[in-house]
Amino acid sequence: MTCREFAEFLDAFLAGTLPSEQALAFQRHLAICADCIAYLDSYQRTMAACRTLRGEDALPADVPEELVEAILRSRGGRR
Amino acid sequence: MTTPSDANRGAGYAGAGSLPPADDSEQVLLARLRRGDDDAFAIVVRDQGRQMLATARRLLGNEEDAREALQEAFVAVFRSIASFAGNARLATWMHRVVVNTALMKLRRRRCRPECALEDLLPRFSEDGHHLEPPCPRSGRPELDLQREENRTIVRNAIDQLPATYREVVLLRDIEELSTGEVSEVLGITANAVKIRLHRARQALRTLLERTFEDRLP
Repeated sequence: MTCREFAEFLDAFLAGTLPSEQALAFQRHLAICADCIAYLDSYQRTMAACRTLRGEDALPADVPEELVEAILRSRGGRR
Repeated sequence: MTTPSDANRGAGYAGAGSLPPADDSEQVLLARLRRGDDDAFAIVVRDQGRQMLATARRLLGNEEDAREALQEAFVAVFRSIASFAGNARLATWMHRVVVNTALMKLRRRRCRPECALEDLLPRFSEDGHHLEPPCPRSGRPELDLQREENRTIVRNAIDQLPATYREVVLLRDIEELSTGEVSEVLGITANAVKIRLHRARQALRTLLERTFEDRLP
């Protein structure tokens, strides 16, 4: 396996969807290639960085009242 | 703005086949909405609006746009509630509406110039080795993602991705939709979602690594 192939199938490897033979080749390459170890590490940290944005906007306690009013006005009801 | 037909497309979203349809209390609420009951609309805005606002904030990254998207989404909901088939939960359908609204807003929004994706993907020699060896972890400062400043860096990096890749990252990695759901929302195959997501993560990796390099003394 080359570094190019490693990078190409990295996501599938992490998702556990690579066929076992290919996954084995992946592990073998990882055991001998410092560049791909560094690449895998930084790829996983990129995924972790994205995950931190998930909690960035936790559920607000309430929709701000002025926004509720504006939304209801836009409906053209009695409110 | 999300059109009623956009909103209706959401009826099959998020595994409607596996989720139970609206229960009795939701059916009652739906009936009141269809009758134009003002109090029922107020209940829906206050109850569902919280989750929808959180979604809009995550996708759009700023409060003003998120609030506008929420308003536009509710306008679409109000217009199309009569034709909502009720074969999915109301919350599921409304989530889809606000996702669509936020995506359209993202596409309209002028943001920083996008980077060409090809410039951000790893490059290899003819024999398949890295041309630009990735920086080993020991050579970089840690990115403390608990710090607001660093989360802004990540957000800015996502904003530099070409739109088609940015959308997949936002929906899959941040909004946590499944591959199938993203496929439905964007109208592309599941395989295309996976390919775009992988390339987007590779490009983000490059952008974040460049940020590290810029910050090294």
